[in-house]
Amino acid sequence: MATTRHRRLMRGGLALLAALWAASPHAAQRAPLPAPAGATACSGCHAPAGNGPVPGLAGRPAAEIAAAMAAFRSGERPATVMDRIAKGFSDEEARAIAEWIAAGP
Amino acid sequence: MAGLAAGTAALAAPRVLAQAPPHVAVVGGGFAGASASRALKRQGTDIRVTLVESKARYAACPFSNAVLAGLRDLDAQYFGYDGMKRDGIDVVAASATAIDAEARRLRLDDGSDLAFDRLILAPGIDLMLDAIPGYGASGAEVMPHAWQAGEQTALLRRQLEAMDDGGLVVIAAPANPFRCPPGPYERASLVAHYLKAHKPRSKLLILDAKDSFSKQRLFEEAWEELYPGLIEWVSLSFGGRVTEVDAATKTLTTEFGSHQAAVANVIPPQRAGAIAAAAGVADRTGWCPIDPVTFESRLRPGIHVIGDAAIAGAMPKSAFSANAQAKACAAAVATLLAGGQPAAPKLINTCYSLAAPDYGISIAGVYEPREGLLAEVAGAGGVSPLDAPADVRASEAVYAEAWFDTITGEVFG
Ligand SMILES: Cc1cc2nc3c(=O)[nH]c(=O)nc-3n(C[C@H](O)[C@H](O)[C@H](O)COP(=O)(O)OP(=O)(O)OC[C@H]3O[C@@H](n4cnc5c(N)ncnc54)[C@H](O)[C@@H]3O)c2cc1C
Repeated sequence: MATTRHRRLMRGGLALLAALWAASPHAAQRAPLPAPAGATACSGCHAPAGNGPVPGLAGRPAAEIAAAMAAFRSGERPATVMDRIAKGFSDEEARAIAEWIAAGP
Repeated sequence: MAGLAAGTAALAAPRVLAQAPPHVAVVGGGFAGASASRALKRQGTDIRVTLVESKARYAACPFSNAVLAGLRDLDAQYFGYDGMKRDGIDVVAASATAIDAEARRLRLDDGSDLAFDRLILAPGIDLMLDAIPGYGASGAEVMPHAWQAGEQTALLRRQLEAMDDGGLVVIAAPANPFRCPPGPYERASLVAHYLKAHKPRSKLLILDAKDSFSKQRLFEEAWEELYPGLIEWVSLSFGGRVTEVDAATKTLTTEFGSHQAAVANVIPPQRAGAIAAAAGVADRTGWCPIDPVTFESRLRPGIHVIGDAAIAGAMPKSAFSANAQAKACAAAVATLLAGGQPAAPKLINTCYSLAAPDYGISIAGVYEPREGLLAEVAGAGGVSPLDAPADVRASEAVYAEAWFDTITGEVFG
């Protein structure tokens, strides 16, 4: 099951959007924090707590996730499919995704 | 008098303090629509979500080819909507029959009306049963398509079980675009797996309306290794396109001749689910053009289209894509409702196919908006390696099943 993302920390350019939300009459007490590009796709395979051979991502430090993405991209870490996926993300994008995942509840 | 005035004030007060939250209606509770409903609720903002789905239970197509091969129970394909109700989504068991984009209203087949601020349309596909002369709804009862899982899957399975050893199984595959590009070839593989074990004198013929197909070299390598001589693929150029069928004799006619089958699986051409055309969001191709950032229809503002029904550029029509699009679309819709500007998403797709229960292969891609479409990110994605050792194929088969468990858990659990 995917988890709610409402306690996520605000970062950089997201602040404006979050401010918009806070000002909105519809905003509840939970601030919406948009996921960086690509981040929400991960949970298609990675259940928060893992699922058999597919490791879970919940609770992992951002540095660990970002390093894994870099190692998949360079081919240093062997993989069946993550090597092909990691090549679609720059270091910066991977880091943003890693931080978003790490900040999860 | 005093009592009445006090009552009025008490009634009026909450309206000033709290406006009603915005309302998003979602039509279709498949991988796309169910994912979007949940993702909207989990945005963390106050959005009212109504999911309109005509069926009480969802029959998932991924892994239904394993059901055909007797490797899995059909029951394992069914999912319900209780999880969604627990999330606070209003699940309405009805069929949407008309949509007025300007008035932002939805008409249901029970005669009721539903107003929305934004609509997410995820009706999947309609099978064009009449596009193949001789087929039609009655033909599908004899030569099942099994391209929408459920009863059709059960029917094709029964036919395969009842077939005599030595029978000819024919799969007629459609031209692009269609739901699940590697699907017909995974199906051929798993049916061959069944035939090899139970009806070894039988043959399988694929009549194809295309000259190439997804993961082709990987499938052909697997067929050579696992089922030598059992599967024959006839491409478009070699007369593979089925132009007519005769249901009474299970005969499939192509430009080059005709084939009489013991079991025939006809996968007809497809288009977006009928409600898309009724809403005015489908174009002449039968599919729905969208903005690649928000998934908003290019034809009717306020309506977003995701999943198989959408023209998603380079993204294949898959459950994985539908789920990824749903989450990106939900984020964009939430942002738009708050008056913000949605950021460009990146999307991922990974489609596994089983060539045998312990033999998995995959195709993956990363996508981003480019020139108005979802385009592949260059240098990323691609297919499993050719000539890989058995343990790589075995681990991809394990990943395939893990994917199904994870995604159905995320969407319906
Ligand atoms: C044999 C086979 C194998 C496959 N294997 C894989 C795989 O391994 N991996 C993968 O990623 N994908 C796979 N797919 C593809 C996958 O099934 C589809 O891409 C996916 O189902 C698309 O999701 P969707 O939500 O767009 O449409 P659907 O799943 O078709 O859902 C649409 C829903 O909308 C409802 N609906 C339609 N119109 C209305 C209306 N007017 N009112 C109310 N409700 C309505 C329908 O009842 C349905 O529940 C496979 C497909 C097949 C056929």
